[in-house]
Amino acid sequence: MASRWRDDLTGLYTIWLREVRKFWRDRPRIIGATVQPALFLLLLGTGIGQGIPHAFGVEPSGREFAPGVPDYLTYIYPGIIAMTLLFTSVFSAISIIWDREIGFLKEVMVAPISRWAVAVGKTLGGSTVAMLQGCLMLLFAPFLHISLSWPTILILLPLLLYISFSLTAMGIAAAARMRSMQGFTVIMNFLTLPMFFLSGAMFPIEGLPRWMAILVTLNPLTYGVDALRSVVIGFHQFGVVQDLLVMGAFGLAMLALAVVGFESHE
Amino acid sequence: MIDVQHLRRVFETKKGRVIAVKDVSFTVERGEIFGFLGPNGAGKTTTIGMLCTLLRPTSGTAILNGYDIVRSPHFVRKSIGLVFQDPSLDERLTARENLEFHARLYNVPRAIARERIDRMLEMVELVSRQDDLVRHFSGGMKRRLEIARGLIHHPRVLFLDEPTLGLDPQTRCCIWDYIHELQDQEGITIFLTTHYMEEAEHCRHIAIMDYGTLIALDTPEGLKKTVGEDRIGMTTMQLDQAMSYLRGRGLSPSQVRERELVFEVQNGEAFLPAFVRQAPFDILTINLTRPTLEDVFLRKTGRTLRGEGDPRSVTSRVSTEKGS
Repeated sequence: MASRWRDDLTGLYTIWLREVRKFWRDRPRIIGATVQPALFLLLLGTGIGQGIPHAFGVEPSGREFAPGVPDYLTYIYPGIIAMTLLFTSVFSAISIIWDREIGFLKEVMVAPISRWAVAVGKTLGGSTVAMLQGCLMLLFAPFLHISLSWPTILILLPLLLYISFSLTAMGIAAAARMRSMQGFTVIMNFLTLPMFFLSGAMFPIEGLPRWMAILVTLNPLTYGVDALRSVVIGFHQFGVVQDLLVMGAFGLAMLALAVVGFESHE
Repeated sequence: MIDVQHLRRVFETKKGRVIAVKDVSFTVERGEIFGFLGPNGAGKTTTIGMLCTLLRPTSGTAILNGYDIVRSPHFVRKSIGLVFQDPSLDERLTARENLEFHARLYNVPRAIARERIDRMLEMVELVSRQDDLVRHFSGGMKRRLEIARGLIHHPRVLFLDEPTLGLDPQTRCCIWDYIHELQDQEGITIFLTTHYMEEAEHCRHIAIMDYGTLIALDTPEGLKKTVGEDRIGMTTMQLDQAMSYLRGRGLSPSQVRERELVFEVQNGEAFLPAFVRQAPFDILTINLTRPTLEDVFLRKTGRTLRGEGDPRSVTSRVSTEKGS
């Protein structure tokens, strides 16, 4: 039994290592995944923050956007980090479908390691990649005049991984059941865009119509965005404990689905 | 080495139950090359899938290297190496990285793995290309790399599902050299499926599967004996005379064309010279054909190995049960 555990853990590590290595080697992907959120920040952030008040004749008043948040750009910055985590996590899960398409998944499936180890290894690999991508987003902080102290960064790293783990588990749970790349992309776009829009990443979640408020409350990403916002800019709507509990519960449920998806794989 | 006991697998599909493997039992001896033949859809791949624990049997089981495929799949997996019908390499990793990944996945200690990888790369003659991305490899090189990979963890049984499919004759020949080398040096048991009849000749035993059941299992020689004797085809101007002469010698010739007849004899090579010398009529042409595994296959399944149906077949059966 002890040897089986060792085999499983070695296998898990091997699968994790492959994901991280391939990410590291895929420079265009890293650049693309960095530029996209940067554009969101620069164009959407500036446009909405400055352009819209101007267009509606509301001069930027110099008033704070929210308590302790000087402007819109600062407000959405943690939301954009969450977006990066969401897209990178889900994109990582595509690797399963890709592996299936090139036949490589079979090599993993006949190896003497348990299916749960495959699922967890893939999830950890994808979330590590998302975390690294999230870290690159931290480089934008100085341009937004947000100062991140070293202790803050030390808290952020595990938090980024924690949130990424839940989101990657969601992607893996779906990917374990799907056969086609196109199908997966469609389903995931269908899921990630509303998740992103309804997470409070781009706008405050107070004073929304009731139907929207309900969706926002049900969306697990809302709590991820909230946790990031409270660590990065010190503003939050829920408590960090509540944030972590909701994300954690969601992550575990998704991981269970992912493991079951792999266990029943023939 | 492999003891298959009443293996059965049923797939539930939308159209109903499909019995891919009906009730299959056979034994593979340690260190032999075992050929597994059958037309497409006969249930070969399903059987292999069960033997390497990718598919669960509906009933029955098999003991491989002393481990039960249903009860101890983990140890079965450690005992086997696989080369799949379709490529299964990570093309965005280098040749060496693919092998290293495999070694880690099978928990081969690092020092042993390094040595083993070097040796296998040498065997399949890919040492000079080991640091190139697999994406740039030809089909033959990929297949060679896959064979090397399947051997990294010292498996006791190597499954080769169509190892030479789609390769040029020279590469096929080269792959067979490796297979024999392996058998000599490592005493490994090789379980192989193939569409090429001349390759089946390399096997010590051949099993033929059709419609989910095993319809023959013997040595290549034994199988050939079951389809008949050597065949002699002859053309002559004096056909009637030839017919009666042959009948007089206890043979049963049959006319196939105006001036052509065929008959079967034992040990045709020895028969021919004396026959030609003594025949009291002029022989225009004469030829000898010996039964091939292709004939065996045709006789047993009513189909050629690669083609679907065969118009000459008299044994083709109608069945609703098809393999996967």
